[in-house]
Amino acid sequence: MPAFHFELVSPERLVFAGEVEAVVVSGTEGEFTVLKDHSPMMSTMKPGVLEIAETASKKARFFVRGGFADVAPSGLTILAEFAIPIEELDGAKLAADVKDAEEDVADAATDEARRLAAEKRDQLLELKNALKL
Amino acid sequence: MPSLKDLRNRIASVKATQKITKAMQMVAAAKLRRAQNAAEAARPYAERMDRVLTSLAASIGPGAQAPALLAGTGRDDVHLLIVCTAERGLCGAFNSSIARLARDTANSLMAQGKTVKIICIGKKGFDLLRRQFEKQILEVVDLRGIRSLSFADADTIGRKIVSLYAAGEFDVCTLFFSRFKSVISQIPTAQRLIPLGLAEGEPAAAPAAVYDYEPDEEQILATLLPRNISIQVLRALLENAASEQGARMSAMDNASRNAGDMIKKQTMKYNRSRQAMITKELIEIISGAEAL
Repeated sequence: MPAFHFELVSPERLVFAGEVEAVVVSGTEGEFTVLKDHSPMMSTMKPGVLEIAETASKKARFFVRGGFADVAPSGLTILAEFAIPIEELDGAKLAADVKDAEEDVADAATDEARRLAAEKRDQLLELKNALKL
Repeated sequence: MPSLKDLRNRIASVKATQKITKAMQMVAAAKLRRAQNAAEAARPYAERMDRVLTSLAASIGPGAQAPALLAGTGRDDVHLLIVCTAERGLCGAFNSSIARLARDTANSLMAQGKTVKIICIGKKGFDLLRRQFEKQILEVVDLRGIRSLSFADADTIGRKIVSLYAAGEFDVCTLFFSRFKSVISQIPTAQRLIPLGLAEGEPAAAPAAVYDYEPDEEQILATLLPRNISIQVLRALLENAASEQGARMSAMDNASRNAGDMIKKQTMKYNRSRQAMITKELIEIISGAEAL
């Protein structure tokens, strides 16, 4: 398959840049696959897994939160608040973190602390759900 | 005329100070490299975000109702100044030049009869602005506990700004920070956050491609604009961190050099008075011998 240019950028750094054959994006209104010469579009993304096929055999998977995809004639750019390779996630540790976060929510003294803790727990749960895919 | 012992003590203390300033310079140099890398790594995201927002804003057209974060409230009575400074001093004019820029802006705004509110990020800016603007400072954000800035930190600040804006607390928001140009030059900068000042210019180039939007333009803008504010805050903080270390490095370099000069002068003085003393003693002995 012909390749096109793809970039995954998080606020802290450029996570991935290179030529790829296909990218599966989980858009807010449904999943879509971007191939070369996709018509230009912009879409917000829901938290989930991004699948990148550099070649038919070489694949990379990232967990992305707060993403935004920009398909331009020059290629695909994904801006994400948070992006991490799936391999770096550890199921057991994640489960422990979720438990910790739940305890934090229960222990929170003020509303503000509770809201923050709940947010953290939800984000961890998202990660956990993504892993089960 | 200080005694020899006084001179010796002074030389020793200046030497000790020089050691400290040299060490601080070295630490600042190491931190600078890291901060610079972080600032550079954040650049692609901000650039792409700018590009996307520009083309979105162009495509939304003049007829449609643009979101308030983009277009503003239509007034400019209440100004919010966000002053980003360092948490620590000993970095030359870094903090005071940012604070001065903010103070001048605040004064000129108040002279025009506008209301000014201030949020300080970093303790030093608060210390410098407190005397004049005590009542106008809404909040001081303390970043001392944070070792390396992440998007989450900036996002907390960004959300606060957006919620204040939504509550109608201010009409125009300006961000003050120091742009990192080089180790010896940091430029205090004022950047308008709300309403967003997009680069005007040739929008003709952008709409060459007809975009599909999913969901529609307004909704995408509504999610992207608050995020853009957090990004701008992050960028300002990262630039600031690099500037701070650069300023500290050159300030400490100067201090070490001054200490070196001082040591040289004092040593010269010490040797002179030591020799004068020896000569005096010799004269006393010789004239004593001659008298016999």
